[in-house]
Amino acid sequence: MTALETDLLIIGAGPAGLSAALSAAQGGAAVLLADLGPGPGGQIWRGAKASDGGESGTLLRGVQRQPNITALYGAQVALSERGPQGGHAVQFSTPQGPRRVLAQKIILASGATERFLPFPGWTLPGVVGAGGLQAMVKSGLDVRGARVLVAGSGPLLLAVAAGMRAAGAEVVGVAEQASPTRLLGFGLAAQRGGKVGEAAKLLWALRGVPYWPATYPVEASGGERLTQVELGGLTRRTLECDWLAAGFGLVPDTRLAALFGCALEGGAVKVGAWQQTSQPGIYAAGELTGIGGVDKARLEGSMAGYTATGQVERLRDLPTQLEQARHFQASLSRSFALRPSLRTLPAAGTLICRCEDVPHAALQACPSWTEAKLQTRCGMGTCQGRVCGPAAETLYGWTFTGVRPPLLPLPLADLLGE
Amino acid sequence: MAEHAVVIGAGIVGAACAASLARLGHRVTVIEAGPVGGGATAAGMGHLVVMDDSPAQLALTSRSLELWAELAPRLPVAADYRTCGTLWVASDAEELAGILPKQAAYRTAGRAAGVLDAAELARIEPELRGGLCGGLRVPGDGVVYAPVAARFLLEHSGAALVRARVVNLAERKVRLDNGQTLAAEWVVVAGGAGASELLPDLPLRSRQGHLLITERGGPQVRHQLIELGYLKSAHASDADSVAFNVQPRPSGQLLIGSSRQFGRVSKEPDWPLLRRMLARAADYLPGLRRASALRIWTGQRSATPDHLPIIGPHPDRPGIYLALGHEGLGITAALGTAEVLAADLGGPASPLSAHDFGLRRFERQAVHA
Amino acid sequence: MPELVLTVEGQPLRVPAGISVLAALQGAAHWSLRRSLSGQRRGALCGMGTCFECRARVDGVLVRTCLIPVQPGMTVELLE
Repeated sequence: MTALETDLLIIGAGPAGLSAALSAAQGGAAVLLADLGPGPGGQIWRGAKASDGGESGTLLRGVQRQPNITALYGAQVALSERGPQGGHAVQFSTPQGPRRVLAQKIILASGATERFLPFPGWTLPGVVGAGGLQAMVKSGLDVRGARVLVAGSGPLLLAVAAGMRAAGAEVVGVAEQASPTRLLGFGLAAQRGGKVGEAAKLLWALRGVPYWPATYPVEASGGERLTQVELGGLTRRTLECDWLAAGFGLVPDTRLAALFGCALEGGAVKVGAWQQTSQPGIYAAGELTGIGGVDKARLEGSMAGYTATGQVERLRDLPTQLEQARHFQASLSRSFALRPSLRTLPAAGTLICRCEDVPHAALQACPSWTEAKLQTRCGMGTCQGRVCGPAAETLYGWTFTGVRPPLLPLPLADLLGE
Repeated sequence: MAEHAVVIGAGIVGAACAASLARLGHRVTVIEAGPVGGGATAAGMGHLVVMDDSPAQLALTSRSLELWAELAPRLPVAADYRTCGTLWVASDAEELAGILPKQAAYRTAGRAAGVLDAAELARIEPELRGGLCGGLRVPGDGVVYAPVAARFLLEHSGAALVRARVVNLAERKVRLDNGQTLAAEWVVVAGGAGASELLPDLPLRSRQGHLLITERGGPQVRHQLIELGYLKSAHASDADSVAFNVQPRPSGQLLIGSSRQFGRVSKEPDWPLLRRMLARAADYLPGLRRASALRIWTGQRSATPDHLPIIGPHPDRPGIYLALGHEGLGITAALGTAEVLAADLGGPASPLSAHDFGLRRFERQAVHA
Repeated sequence: MPELVLTVEGQPLRVPAGISVLAALQGAAHWSLRRSLSGQRRGALCGMGTCFECRARVDGVLVRTCLIPVQPGMTVELLE
């Protein structure tokens, strides 16, 4: 396996990774930008093109103009070891086979994953993530005429509902688990954060769509796939639908950072004032340092790109702007805190771990994540706890631990480097 | 007379000791800081294997397998107990020559063992590469998922479990990091690699190993497969070594080992050594190249100079008993270990008592060396 | 929009270029992509490579179909 060599490896090509690449490349460093998706943009700018208007287009054009940025798409980190001349030797899995990258410094920009919460019927085909359905539609899923119920929590729900409507779906309603008073708090914070325009646009796009606060799915049912959903909480009703798009907020994707041995704090990667992690030469930017949206991700990306390449003179007022972006985010997490009653949604037989089919009843008896893994195989299957880990954190209060290489199932031939 | 016994460590050895002492009618408290069965018990393969490195090892492992077979009907399904048998594989004439004495040794211990020629070997394990010379099939060997077995032994013993770390070991007293002090007639140290913190003078060394588990859907084998050169490479020297050792899990996954390394503490895999280990496994089982690695981890085996565990009273510390230093055989030998220990503490005599598992043996060995 | 043809479960399938293999499968009403350990039907969940529910064999290799764009002549076999 031949190796690509670079000064700086950036993992994740969403807003944080793209901003980091542009900032770093301005100083002349050789940058390798890798992402597991088929193109740049990450989740929020999925399918973005350089010809687009707005922030994403501007950033992509900037990245394209830098001859010292090389992109590697469809590439996911499998493992990392010490490089032959110091630094890191990172092995990626790609559809074309394994790729090895030798890098002196690394910026982690792996973003976030969606939190799924189990309730009876959540494993039926047709029950998907909220961001999940949006991603599927952006990748070509045709939802014209399909009935979509959006549920869960967070500002993403409105964006998803608007996106589904724009794609021709019939949005039968939006169920938000947060209470009306908490949502009001978010509205005020959005005003202060200068997000009024965005919110107004979303609300206009969703005129006529029922919005149920303090409401959440309690059961999904159907034969071979989803046909109906029962809602509970403030609004109790049963709805016929083809898709239930349910997401309960975002979770920093810290697995990559854990693989590199970076310290975590409160479920996010711990970073210093210049986005440096606890591991020398490794930086982190974007959602994995704490859920904060596009603005925070872009600013952190720029900061990491400059500091990783020693361009401190370019930092200027970045720290102040970041302060504001993070402040807005704090109000967001307060407004959409998950209500304790969601923990009572799974029935004894509801599966929590979808890979190993481990039911709620088997996990309730366990005192910790480690013990649950050992005694029930929860989180030991193909996804390695990516889905059940955040769910178990909410349901049982466990802290997910124990990321082991490889980060995705890896053919032994690739591991052997043959 | 019922006494209070404290067992330090809730791995498979500690759990087995607790169960044996409780069965004698003693009151038992088990101290464990981490998860039950979360140390070497979880890191190991769970191979139940008779080994004939020495007469004592042969006696301990074969007696332990009898005890596992007696326990098996009561184990929960999740303990995944199976008698898949071990297949010792000979790759050359020298290894083949070792088969007959090995078979004879197993037979003296009452364990069935059948010699296979190259054609029979290929027939019963078609995934093995061509050109191998033959093998020895030990049908009574098996596998178990040890963390579940440890929890079962503990819960069914009636022993109390205290989640704490032992900070000090005094005569008939154990002080815990939660401020509690427990008085006990006997204190059994079954702490695996962690025991050295409490008893630094024990002749224990940690020997790291690597394991890899595959996803379901890879090549299938029926037996636990080990190269006959295993002992040679396992015990030959202090250098890092690898050997072919593959186990079929009841889930349809494969566990791939093994490696041995003294003095390495990092939990991160040693990638060059891991690749050596996998290359060796893929040499014997070429289809492994198509299998997918799901997880890779390292663990520590607590080893003594003669590769036998230390079982019995501490010669200089009244009231302290040892059940540790099993190296790679803690899961196999847990039940026999508990039987030896129980015999010391008022239980029925064990056929194993004829062998010397005591700490003093190392002094004698030093004198004679 | 340009189209291309792939083979899904032995049948030719005409799909728009640029979509994911998952979207192609869903467009052909393959909602259930695998059986779980206990035999339940499972379809895609996360749409972004996290859950591994949408895996299928594409040209013989097990991949997450949500991450792979369709290519002319691709062969897709479901795990179901």
